[in-house]
Amino acid sequence: MNKRLLIAALLCLPVFTSSAETKVSEQILANGLKVLVKEDHRSPVVVSQVWYKVGSSYEPGGITGISHMLEHMMFKGTDKHPAGEFSRIIAENGGDENAFTGRDYTAYFQTMDKSRLEVSFELEADRMRNLKLLPEELKKELQVVYEERRMRTEDKPRAKVEEYFMATAYANSPYKNPVIGWPSDIENYTVADLEAWYQRWYAPNNATLVVVGDVEPKAVFELAEKYFAGLKPSEIKPLKPQDEIDQVGLRQVTIKLPAKLPYILMGYKVPSLKTAEQEWEAYALEVLAGVLDGGSSARLASELVRGKQIAVSASAGYGLTSRLPELFMLDATPVEGKTLWDMQSALKDQIAKLQKDLIANDELQRIKAQVLASAVYERDSAFYQAMQLGMMETVGLGWKKVDEYVDKVNQVTAEQVRDVARKYLVDDRLTIAYLEPQNIQSSTNGSTKKGDK
Amino acid sequence: MRIHLLAFLFLVFSQSVWSAAKIEHWQTAQGSRVYYVHTEGLPMVDIQVVFDAGSARDGAQFGVSALTSALLDTGAGAWNADQIAQRFESVGALFGSGISNDTAWVSLRTLTDKALFDKALETLQTLLAKPAFNEADFQREKNRTLAGLKQREEEPDELASIAFHRALYGDHPYGHPAAGLIETVSKLTAEDLRRFYQRYYVAANAVVVIVGDLKREQAEQTATALLSGLPAGEKPAPLPEVVMPQKASRQHIEFPSKQTHVLVGLPGSYRKDPDYFSLYVGNHILGGSGLVSKLFKEVREKRGLAYSASSSFSPMLRKGPFTVGLQSRNDQALEALAVLNKTLEDFIAQGPTEAELTAAKKNITGGFALRFDTNKELASYVAMIGFYELPLDYLDTFQQNVEQVTVASITDAFKRRVDPQLLQTITVGAAGKSKQ
Repeated sequence: MNKRLLIAALLCLPVFTSSAETKVSEQILANGLKVLVKEDHRSPVVVSQVWYKVGSSYEPGGITGISHMLEHMMFKGTDKHPAGEFSRIIAENGGDENAFTGRDYTAYFQTMDKSRLEVSFELEADRMRNLKLLPEELKKELQVVYEERRMRTEDKPRAKVEEYFMATAYANSPYKNPVIGWPSDIENYTVADLEAWYQRWYAPNNATLVVVGDVEPKAVFELAEKYFAGLKPSEIKPLKPQDEIDQVGLRQVTIKLPAKLPYILMGYKVPSLKTAEQEWEAYALEVLAGVLDGGSSARLASELVRGKQIAVSASAGYGLTSRLPELFMLDATPVEGKTLWDMQSALKDQIAKLQKDLIANDELQRIKAQVLASAVYERDSAFYQAMQLGMMETVGLGWKKVDEYVDKVNQVTAEQVRDVARKYLVDDRLTIAYLEPQNIQSSTNGSTKKGDK
Repeated sequence: MRIHLLAFLFLVFSQSVWSAAKIEHWQTAQGSRVYYVHTEGLPMVDIQVVFDAGSARDGAQFGVSALTSALLDTGAGAWNADQIAQRFESVGALFGSGISNDTAWVSLRTLTDKALFDKALETLQTLLAKPAFNEADFQREKNRTLAGLKQREEEPDELASIAFHRALYGDHPYGHPAAGLIETVSKLTAEDLRRFYQRYYVAANAVVVIVGDLKREQAEQTATALLSGLPAGEKPAPLPEVVMPQKASRQHIEFPSKQTHVLVGLPGSYRKDPDYFSLYVGNHILGGSGLVSKLFKEVREKRGLAYSASSSFSPMLRKGPFTVGLQSRNDQALEALAVLNKTLEDFIAQGPTEAELTAAKKNITGGFALRFDTNKELASYVAMIGFYELPLDYLDTFQQNVEQVTVASITDAFKRRVDPQLLQTITVGAAGKSKQ
């Protein structure tokens, strides 16, 4: 098969697929609310998301996790719509809804039949300024969040490793804190803490409303005007920078937990697209992640899982959309008979190779092909498209970066990939966590026989 | 965790499509059933080939279905694993494979540009027709599976799921974990996989699903080409009926976790169940509708006892599990279990109110289109209709079937089908024996 021909076919695709319907329309209301609308008429559905510029990386010590706690409390009612009403109304209108909190954002969403967009706007506008925080609701919801922490982190060895890892890798960047918050911080939130946090960040001039679906931008802007224009803006005080101090040597941490398999997690301090001195560095890191882990033909699967057969699994990842400097992460589980030390050497050999040799043209072309194809596949999901716009806007990159992505990745060269490997994937920027499994004591009783042990 | 995955599939599958999605159906010369939907707007297609070759066909070799599926892309025809991966990835195609209790499937998402599409399709066709099952690949994948099975023992939810299926199904083919057990997987040989493949990966046992921007003629050629290398073979015998448990049971697994995982349930509903819509809508009210269900309100909203509390039916060829589950900190898990049981018992005894039923119907029918507003979801839906041989108008009549459900039909169906005297209860956590 002629490779050149295939790539040529792929390169033609953006032209083929782009059309007026992929355009984003933007309008900013007088109170500062930014409204983004993207038409997608493939099904009679609309996704509506409200993104607030606040997340765990905005939080000072003592109240870590409060953005996430507030996200939970946002379902607990206003004067107009008491606790439970929000969800009941959305459900009765056939909607799906939920919310999520990250390091750099808190977002709320509804997916509805296109005729019900107004229902979502009315409710979201109401809770943007009129949330009622009640002590008895907080008391119950605190328990829920604590259960969430137990479920997501406490009882999952690898999630705990990641938590310890982040706390080691960062000295003073707020990325050192878990999004859900530290246990004793969660235990001690007060209504006053939440009220202050809500007043400080929940305002139209600190939010982006993203709508993707079978809608007309003009009609959406009119609806947004109707429901959101009356909300008062706030004075949003700028965040303190909390710049991470320079790392000046390798950091290593051992974590002992009840577990069955050893595990290694490595992270190099690298810039995000927002913080990179030169933009191409972020795109080159993105390609580098693809070289290592962009599918089953990528190096980690091909050389470590198959090839040398040293890893049960191995992965690499980089997120270019963070507000603050990021970590380029590698993690792996060694096969039986191999140690974490063997695993670490193998991963570092992979890094060394990237610093020494240029990646093959085949690899670069494969990654570009995947990026081009993904740009088509992503458009299968209105929700995902809305996520991309909301996230880029909220971390301060601006939604237009979404449209640039394919082109920028396409411009990355093999030399640039080698250069970022040499510059950033060095020991002085590296943190390593080792999970040392401890014995799990378990036993069974009851009226039926035990399962498989 | 399997339970949650099934619950998720159930949600996706159990909704309907707006009238635009027209399913076309035909049979190939070798006896494969083909289901095709033409969608426009994006130059891509989702293809699935589904076999009746899930873990329920493992026999005594628990895990053979899963490992057979895992080996498919490690060597086929003249290609090794690297070459196969390169062939897909160089054209931006996404290959997947996996199993459930009932099915083994391969999936391909690819662009429809001819040169790209042809290369991806040829690769998939070869994987299906000429998998190598090389000894070296087999040993490696087996070791990786064994490591995964070991890691499973770190997670209380996995242990709960395994015990739950065993309690519900005993020696029935649904009773063991789909990935197998350490002692059964250790004994497997490459020859066992080859035999499993030869028996079940045959044209008569295959369902082909094509959803995307291909013309009917292209879809016909695609289906024929995909299966051209497979012998006609024959369908396996139907799975045995599920025998209901004789009495309620309660099992606790002591585990050093912060939360206790609770699962309660029994064999519930199957795909062609005449009670299906009553059970589905009833469960939606009980614990299937996320933030507004009765369970969620009782356990989380009123008492703050858990982060998630939900219930689901997972209809399969035979009765799949009806599962009610939550996780709560060890010292209040029994209280949470009591609330769960009370909510369930009250619902079985009294059924829903008219207002609850009306709200549920509004939610289900009002959200009709958004349940599969992506090509991917639609393809999964069509695969479900095809594999389980549901009527082709299943989507068109879905809302109507939901509307016909009444308070009486729900109450009647739950009384007959969810007998509290037969419920199986599993707890995994550090609750301690004394708290039984």
